[in-house]
Amino acid sequence: MVHVSATPVLALRGVSKRFGAVQALTDVELEVHAGEVVALVGDNGAGKSTLVKTIAGVHPIDEGVIEWDGKTVQINKPHDAQNLGIATVYQDLALCDNIDVVGNLYLGREVKKRGVLDEVEMERRSLELLQTLSIRIPSVRIPIASLSGGQRQTVAIARSMLGEPKLVILDEPTAALGVEQTAQVLDLVERLRERGHAVLLISHNMADVKAVADKVAVLRLGRNNGVFEVKTTSQEEIISAITGATDNAVTRRAARGNGEVQK
Amino acid sequence: MSIDKTSVSPEDEHIVENPEAAAGADVAVDPRLLVRERGFAGYFDEFKRKMRAGDLGSIPVVIGLIVICVIFQSLNSAFLSAENLNNIAVAMVATGMMSVGIIFVLLLGEIDLSVGSVSGVAGAIMAVLSVTHGVNEWLAVLIALAGGAAIGAMHGFFFARIGAPAFAVTLAGLLFWLGFMLQILGENGTINIDGDGVVGKLTTYYFSDVAAAYGLAIAAVALFFVTSFLDSRRREAAGIPARPLVDIVVRTVVLAVIAFAAAIMFNQYKGLPLALLLFVVVLVVSDFVLRRTGYGRKIFALGGSVEASRRAGINVTAVRISVFAIAGFFAAVGGLFWASKIAAANQSAGAGDLLMNVIAAAVIGGTSLFGGRGRTWNALLGVMVITSIQYGLALEGIATPVVYMVTGGVLLATVVIDSITRKTQKTAGRA
Repeated sequence: MVHVSATPVLALRGVSKRFGAVQALTDVELEVHAGEVVALVGDNGAGKSTLVKTIAGVHPIDEGVIEWDGKTVQINKPHDAQNLGIATVYQDLALCDNIDVVGNLYLGREVKKRGVLDEVEMERRSLELLQTLSIRIPSVRIPIASLSGGQRQTVAIARSMLGEPKLVILDEPTAALGVEQTAQVLDLVERLRERGHAVLLISHNMADVKAVADKVAVLRLGRNNGVFEVKTTSQEEIISAITGATDNAVTRRAARGNGEVQK
Repeated sequence: MSIDKTSVSPEDEHIVENPEAAAGADVAVDPRLLVRERGFAGYFDEFKRKMRAGDLGSIPVVIGLIVICVIFQSLNSAFLSAENLNNIAVAMVATGMMSVGIIFVLLLGEIDLSVGSVSGVAGAIMAVLSVTHGVNEWLAVLIALAGGAAIGAMHGFFFARIGAPAFAVTLAGLLFWLGFMLQILGENGTINIDGDGVVGKLTTYYFSDVAAAYGLAIAAVALFFVTSFLDSRRREAAGIPARPLVDIVVRTVVLAVIAFAAAIMFNQYKGLPLALLLFVVVLVVSDFVLRRTGYGRKIFALGGSVEASRRAGINVTAVRISVFAIAGFFAAVGGLFWASKIAAANQSAGAGDLLMNVIAAAVIGGTSLFGGRGRTWNALLGVMVITSIQYGLALEGIATPVVYMVTGGVLLATVVIDSITRKTQKTAGRA
């Protein structure tokens, strides 16, 4: 286990968010430490995306406190979050298919020399970055369109690392990936942890959560429904926290299948 | 784009078949890395790989140009004469300039249908101001160019800010500015311009001193070699893959052969045409802007993914408006060259097949209609093809209907080649 600091990088205290008549989040608590992967799970509509967006500055919170390194901060715009050192990789990646890997990594923050793009410097730094993250892609000068889904995901994550963020939020990073590609992305998540980044991982996939997360925070109907240590918690406990009951479709299936699903 | 499970790229198949490579993430050299060998063997391999993957680049259009030259030369030996080639070089500039502007718009994945009419307006503004109202000709030219840019910016505003489709906005512009041009030309309909004035000289001035054409050729070759060489040195110093010296020398020699052949040809007639010099300058500058500046990168990014660009902090509205302004500006430039060519601003300017030729030149040259791919040099290649066909058929005394049909056929062939190569690229995982 990598060293985990005492003060959480990010802490939410009693955060609430309301959209018109809908109470999306109620008194949510969440802590993420450096060198720790926290999985955020919950059913559809549980408030995962809303919570992520409040941290990323897309939706400012209505009530509660956001603490960054122990200090209370205001996050009202995406820019605020970026300045603090929060990088978010959304599900749809936001890469340009026609531009090469270097161009995508530096899109919107190109390195310039006397007003002209410094391609050499950008390529050198890109190779360096990909190497430290042990990311393998055929060439940094081929368009994103030529890469596989997993390679694209790793490029998108690498891109978020350029600003040396303290906290990386990954929204369903393995949702559309095959087995091999999922493994690549999970490897990368582990490498982020090793490098001391705090990682908040949103996932539907219990296998992924069990594989890389240290803690699981469960949201249910916009409220906390428990934070579990992954090592000491069974998959069923997490699922019952997600669904809010011990008797549900998943456990019934498990019972019918002679408990084969159980670990 | 979606990840199609049925069209697995060769690399992916490799992974599946080779579990060791998949599992061994710690292997120092990944077998999938496209390591390029040094020297000619590596160069040839790279070329073969590109061909197989359908990455044809400018090769179809260069082959097309050679075919056109061979056919017309065999029909009429005057086709490759210095005089005819000189005339083609001057005549193509008006369409070519407008094509440069349309390439900026095509890179966004949009279209501007108004460039023909806007070019007519620019010619008319210049003629009315300088001839009818006696305004200084330089000032009239500047006003015409600014007018073109302003008209383009206006189209861009309706597209980018209001959200109307660019197709519809510029279609409206096509009609409106055609009417506007007819209105300001008045009842006469034709204003002759001074053949010795600024605009008149645009297509009639030649640098008769042989040193001009050779000087330009030497400058171009030297500039190309020095920049490539310095770039390669910097890359080597930074420890990243660099283009080998042999490669640079080969490219420089090819460029030198073309440049000096052109220079010799121009000097056999009247010398280097001013129009062509201006066109080359525009191509060099616009190519630099598109590929080497942050602004150009933004245009390519928008052509790839608007959402990604927005999240990267690119001001989408501003870039879009500016690109339409650029298209309007180059339409105006083309309009002035057109006025110079016919020594007048008249009612037929900007009408007929001009718009179609402008778009066709960009596409034939290799610019994608779907955005995000293309270079302004495409305008040169495309417009050479179209103008060569026009002049070649004219030499044969073949009338306009056939010219239209042949140009249409060439355009269709280009789009077909583009679509087929795109399919090949998809199956090779390089779409």
